[in-house]
Amino acid sequence: MAKADLSAAWIFFFLTLPCVFHPERMLWLLFFLVSAIHAELCQPGAENAFKVRLSIRTALGDKAYAWDTNEEYLFKAMVAFSMRKVPNREATEISHVLLCNVTQRVSFWFVVTDPSKNHTLPAVEVQSAIRMNKNRINNAFFLNDQTLEFLKIPSTLAPPMDPSVPIWIIIFGVIFCIVIVAIALLILSGIWQRRRKNKEPSEVDDAEDKCENMITIENGIPSDPLDMKGGHINDAFMTEDERLTPL
Amino acid sequence: AFLIPYVIALVFEGIPIFHVELAIGQRLRKGSVGVWTAISPYLSGVGLGCVTLSFLISLYYNTIVAWVLWYLLNSFQHPLPWSSCPPDLNRTGFVEECQGSSAVSYFWYRQTLNITADINDSGSIQWWLLICLAASWAVVYMCVIRGIETTGKVIYFTALFPYLVLTIFLIRGLTLPGATKGLIYLFTPNMHILQNPRVWLDAATQIFFSLSLAFGGHIAFASYNSPRNDCQKDAVVIALVNSMTSLYASIAVFSVLGFKATNDYEHCLDRNILSLINEFDFPEQSISRDDYPAVLMHLNATWPKRVAQLPLKACLLEDFLDKSASGPGLAFIVFTETVLHMPGAPVWAVLFFGMLFTLGLSTMFGTVEAVITPLLDVGVLPRWVPKEALTGLVCLVCFLSATCFTLQSGNYWLEIFDNFAASLNLLMLAFLEVVGVVYVYGMKRFCDDIAWMTGRRPSPYWRLTWRVVSPLLLLTIFVAYIILLFWKPLSYKAWNPKYELFPSRQEKLYPGWVRAACVLLSLLPVLWVPVAALAQLLTRRRWTWRDRDARPDTDMRLDTDTRPDTDTRPDTDTR
Repeated sequence: MAKADLSAAWIFFFLTLPCVFHPERMLWLLFFLVSAIHAELCQPGAENAFKVRLSIRTALGDKAYAWDTNEEYLFKAMVAFSMRKVPNREATEISHVLLCNVTQRVSFWFVVTDPSKNHTLPAVEVQSAIRMNKNRINNAFFLNDQTLEFLKIPSTLAPPMDPSVPIWIIIFGVIFCIVIVAIALLILSGIWQRRRKNKEPSEVDDAEDKCENMITIENGIPSDPLDMKGGHINDAFMTEDERLTPL
Repeated sequence: AFLIPYVIALVFEGIPIFHVELAIGQRLRKGSVGVWTAISPYLSGVGLGCVTLSFLISLYYNTIVAWVLWYLLNSFQHPLPWSSCPPDLNRTGFVEECQGSSAVSYFWYRQTLNITADINDSGSIQWWLLICLAASWAVVYMCVIRGIETTGKVIYFTALFPYLVLTIFLIRGLTLPGATKGLIYLFTPNMHILQNPRVWLDAATQIFFSLSLAFGGHIAFASYNSPRNDCQKDAVVIALVNSMTSLYASIAVFSVLGFKATNDYEHCLDRNILSLINEFDFPEQSISRDDYPAVLMHLNATWPKRVAQLPLKACLLEDFLDKSASGPGLAFIVFTETVLHMPGAPVWAVLFFGMLFTLGLSTMFGTVEAVITPLLDVGVLPRWVPKEALTGLVCLVCFLSATCFTLQSGNYWLEIFDNFAASLNLLMLAFLEVVGVVYVYGMKRFCDDIAWMTGRRPSPYWRLTWRVVSPLLLLTIFVAYIILLFWKPLSYKAWNPKYELFPSRQEKLYPGWVRAACVLLSLLPVLWVPVAALAQLLTRRRWTWRDRDARPDTDMRLDTDTRPDTDTRPDTDTR
């Protein structure tokens, strides 16, 4: 953008000069050509051009900085830096990166030209260069992938942080072990209680069995007059079922 | 406005039937099978039906508890696993299915259920769901292992903890922005929805599930009460406390839902504003949410073509409030998304799913007890087998049967069980319960029993509702339910990522064999009633013939149905 302005200023200056000095005319032609080419190379929707959108206020709130020419210079520097990492493109300079159509949204278009400044570098190269260095570019501006968008350049997402053992299995193991231990304790305590209950009446039974061994024999028929087993059914009383006489 | 049919159903249907169940359980001191055999041997099928129904319900209900356990276990991490989509294979974007729906839905349908697109396609067993199911049955076993002895102690925690969590959520929910809108939505009477018969039906079935009527669980629990317990007071108090709790819970839920709806509405507006700003290159944050309608109108007038091609959605707060689903959708999708927006998300997720887990457990106690107590009474296993073994066997059988819900198509089967096994049978069995007690056992005898137990005779309200209102209401609801069910062919909503209108769920018809299964499920518990009555009739006839042939003069046959006070029971005269 600045370059176009500068070129326009030069054009105006040379137009006002009398067309006498031929070297200046050549220079004027050269500048005109250069600015025209620049204007053609960087245009919205041009070949190999990318639109960039920044959302500084969303990302930083009160600490947002204003977007001015210095920030643009930094941006050009970051893009040039990314391109220099591509093999065969180590000679990329900041002046090879052209910006145009800066809006108040803070969005603009940019292209990267080759050293001859005649044509732009292929989009694929620029894309891969930006993708590989997106993190550095984000950090330079205190932004992230959502607030510094290169339209048509998808960013590589961070890999999911999978711990070796998922957390839920650990907690599940803890809870399950507690439950199994509790069940085992409950079952065992039930068995102990039952064994204790069985032992007590059998001790009482032992004492009474000795008395019962003397079965009285009356008239040749053995009889045990009363059932001495403590706490059991006393046959002298009628049971519930036979309380009501059937019809 | 839903409160009106709810209160009517509670007063005329819920409390009377609840009182009947408590009274007969307390008086006859047996589980559901024993109680109905005592009232009339021909009605023993009702008890068997209740046992079968409780068995079927416990199968699928504990699966839901297993899902809650899975979510609970996954809540102990930050960030929560359902907060973002996983990246796809070459890490350029998110997984397509997740991109199309939402991270929360993706976590539920894919990472939890791994659901198939069709019910015919069963898929494989999901091992994580299987071990969660095993864990939840183990917890149920641990709490029910010695019956009332252990359940009684656990219930102090499982009943009080949800109240604590609800209070915390209520306080938090009311301090969130947008909560008042949710509460206004809850309490604004919208009389138009009362004209929809579906609402009345939903209120009635909701009462059934809320009070757990016709499960047999209350009969089982009441049989452990002392005979002189005031069951009338119990019935009214418990039903009212239950309803108050539902209201309290709904206030907490709706304040949180109001927050969610407001949040969604604001995000919707923000997305629209961003589209406008990006398209027309306005400075950032230059359009506020209040200015948006005016700006949109202005831009539509000046640049209609550019505005028309933007993906602008209509943002209405009411739409977002209406979208809150009920049932599993509410807990696993709507609420999980809401906790993401609350600061300190894992804490709220742990609290919420912990509360749901304890609530599910306490319902499971009643349902499993309704299966175990009749089995104990009938004496299925010999006496020397300890109670722990019987409980363990029941839990093991239930767990093995419920593994079908851990298949990939398990969610579809669960919906079938929920829709068909539960509602129809509950209505039918409750109707038979009321009619059986009032007309077969005898209203006079029943009132005498209650007077003996509580010290006073039931008031005319009870007598009227038992005799006329409840049976009529139940019959109407049953008929209406049948009509609504078969109004249109049976279909289900499938989650199909390849559907054109994804993320909407695709409506598919049930195949023939599934429809047969639905019919079987709806009829199986109720079938016990005629089968048992027929069996009883045939047994009686056989005895009479055998007596007549063997010993024509003596009639010293022991009646098998001598239970308390059988003299006023209408007897058949085949003796």
